[in-house]
Amino acid sequence: MEVVQIQRRLVDYTKSLFMEGFLDGQFLQLQQLQDESNPDFVVEVVSLFFDDSEKLLNELTIALDQPNVDFKKVDGHVHQLKGSSSSIGAQRVKNVCIAFRNFCEVQNIEGCLTCLQQVKQEYYLVKNKLETLFRLEQQIVASGGSIPMIEMGF
Amino acid sequence: MVMAGESQFHVLAVDDSIIDRKIIQTLLKTLSYQVTTVDSGAKALEFLGLHQDDTTNPNTPSPPNNHQEVEVNLVITDYCMPGMTGYDLLKKIKESSLRNMPVVIMSSENVPSRITRCLEEGAEEFFLKPVRLSDLSKLRPLMLKTKLKDQNQKQEEKAAFQSPKLQQVEQKQQPSNDDKGKAIDEGLSPEKKN
Repeated sequence: MEVVQIQRRLVDYTKSLFMEGFLDGQFLQLQQLQDESNPDFVVEVVSLFFDDSEKLLNELTIALDQPNVDFKKVDGHVHQLKGSSSSIGAQRVKNVCIAFRNFCEVQNIEGCLTCLQQVKQEYYLVKNKLETLFRLEQQIVASGGSIPMIEMGF
Repeated sequence: MVMAGESQFHVLAVDDSIIDRKIIQTLLKTLSYQVTTVDSGAKALEFLGLHQDDTTNPNTPSPPNNHQEVEVNLVITDYCMPGMTGYDLLKKIKESSLRNMPVVIMSSENVPSRITRCLEEGAEEFFLKPVRLSDLSKLRPLMLKTKLKDQNQKQEEKAAFQSPKLQQVEQKQQPSNDDKGKAIDEGLSPEKKN
């Protein structure tokens, strides 16, 4: 495939991620911070997010599996996940975390378990999408092209 | 633009999230600041050369700047951190010999009472996370203001210390990182910095 075609695909793919709410403006902010002196910035930050999130999801699973759930502890983990997803622009993950924290506050175990399932789902979805995006970028760079900057209307 | 001879501003960023530390570091570097990041309030105090119990005497005179290894011009800290919160750190700094250090708080939660509390305790700014480049462009005037205030204060202290009737050259010259070789001549008022 020609570079121009892959670039086109990348632009369309990125736009769809925004349209579908997977990513928000914060992700664009991060892309804008990437330059020749910091060429892998976005991948690096997102990789940190992946590592951090998987750790948190494990801890949440364990914490909610206890006979006496420590809701403060659960809330602490969700707060962290909410923060990091917000920092990279993973909007849908962040939104589930908001609902999740509300259930923690009222100590609703069913609500929490549902949210855990949802947040895992959203996390794996956005992980998949971002990995696809990075793969497209790699293809462009490998072909000697440059990564197009996305201009968003909003 | 950093002018020749002018030292860069150095910001100390405090956040327990590795993701946020990476982001804030990049944002600050984009603005041409020197950045140091630490992951706790305790480490921040250590970097500033303050001990955790070093904070309750407001009458402690400012020590010479070689008290710290590197001069820090501003502290930006997350509010929610395990152990010492950003508010606790702010308080400790304001009660120490570094009380003039500008401190900025960041938080992912928009809690008006929290914001008020921080501003009342002396925080210069309160930013909601995720922090933007446009937020951080507010830092320069804060650091500039403090730097000028410190310089003026030093000028005044030297002028007050030195009587016009003094005939001899000042014997003791206090070593200081940002004195930049200011010499005090016989009976003259101190050199004005360009």
